Amino acid sequence: MTAALSISLHVNGERVEAQVLPRLNLADFLREHLKLTGTHVGCEHGVCGACTVRVNGDIVRSCLMLAAQTHGATIETIEGLSDSGEIADLQAAFRDRNALQCGFCTPGMLVAAQDLLKQEAEPNRERIREHLSGNYCRCTGYQAIIDAVEDTGRARMGRTP
Amino acid sequence: MKASAFSYARATSVMNAIELLAAHGDRAKVLSGGQSLMPAMNLRLISPELIVDIGDIAELRGIAVTGDTCRIGALTRHVDLLNLPEIAAHVPLLTEAISHVAHPAIRNRGTIGGSLAHADPAAELPACMVALDATIIVKGPTGERRVPAQDFFTGIYETVLSADELLIAVEIPAPPKNAAHFFREFARRHGDYGIVGLAAQAVVEGDVLTGLRLAFFAVSDRPVLAKTATKLLNVAVTPAVLAEASKALGEELDPQEDQQASTAMRRHLAKVLLARCVAALLARPELGAGEAL
Repeated sequence: MTAALSISLHVNGERVEAQVLPRLNLADFLREHLKLTGTHVGCEHGVCGACTVRVNGDIVRSCLMLAAQTHGATIETIEGLSDSGEIADLQAAFRDRNALQCGFCTPGMLVAAQDLLKQEAEPNRERIREHLSGNYCRCTGYQAIIDAVEDTGRARMGRTP
Repeated sequence: MKASAFSYARATSVMNAIELLAAHGDRAKVLSGGQSLMPAMNLRLISPELIVDIGDIAELRGIAVTGDTCRIGALTRHVDLLNLPEIAAHVPLLTEAISHVAHPAIRNRGTIGGSLAHADPAAELPACMVALDATIIVKGPTGERRVPAQDFFTGIYETVLSADELLIAVEIPAPPKNAAHFFREFARRHGDYGIVGLAAQAVVEGDVLTGLRLAFFAVSDRPVLAKTATKLLNVAVTPAVLAEASKALGEELDPQEDQQASTAMRRHLAKVLLARCVAALLARPELGAGEAL
């Protein structure tokens, strides 16, 4: 059973078949096997949120999930969300508000923020903070990130920021 | 870091999982949501030889409300506890407590069975089970057994589960008439493990408490069902009564010291929670103002 396992899943709309060792986590599978390096690996124990991706529509820590557990799953990474245009406005707001500096946390931040904006039309700053509380940013001090998410929520409701 | 190498088996049923566990003993670990197991493996605090993934076992899913109990399958995720109307209606303490557990991405994977079997003394769900007088249902090679929550936890990360047993569900009695609950924790940041926390279930008749289960967490090696609660039952709670209960609580608890808090700080915070709990349950804010400490 230490041998590689066959998995079949969908990643960003494409079917993927792969052989993976049991110990391989989803973050490393995405980065090293599929070369989707937008998913970042920070703490590797579920604290920093840099590796956040969507699995079957829910955001998860990809460092805390085995690739073997994703058999039959539908995965969306920052590349998928970005290429589809789903978060183009959120990305633009991050740029406009200087909500990133080094950019390491940004993919996870965007995936988590979009998750909130899908659940709630116009979240207030407290809700945004709460929803992003599992994503660390060591550059911005968070204010600008909250600004960008708040702006996007308002803009999607047809209000000007 | 990366987890060290291990074998992986995807269990197809509860019996299949138990067979795998029986065959491999404590060299095997059960993988449920993985939100505590995976960090421990990535940090190489543990290196199991075999991971038994129970994620596909349909019989461990689902919530059933029958008569006077609510049965919650082991694979029920934290996000489900947060959002399901059955939980809000029958076990509102859980709905409230779960928002303090970690962060959305963790709650989307973490499961109730995993949290209880992991038995972190600072975790919210074990204390909730004790407060709610839940029964934990465990299955092994020789059948099922039912363990009261207050007997289930035996130490830091330790429970009565043996290596060949699987936690399959919890059963929570329906709240009695006039039930009220309270949940609060002190943590450095929202979503962190609590420094001290309290989950309580009560029966309030008029302005008197006729039932009270106080489960403190992060004050011992397991959740503590405070005996002090009896001092507050069937009496008109005055500041003097509360002060006496608070003193008794301080004597009853012997919290550990760690990098988060000293013993004295934990004892003090537990007393603060007791006062706030009683004030909230009786809707008498003046009792929580602090004189009782």
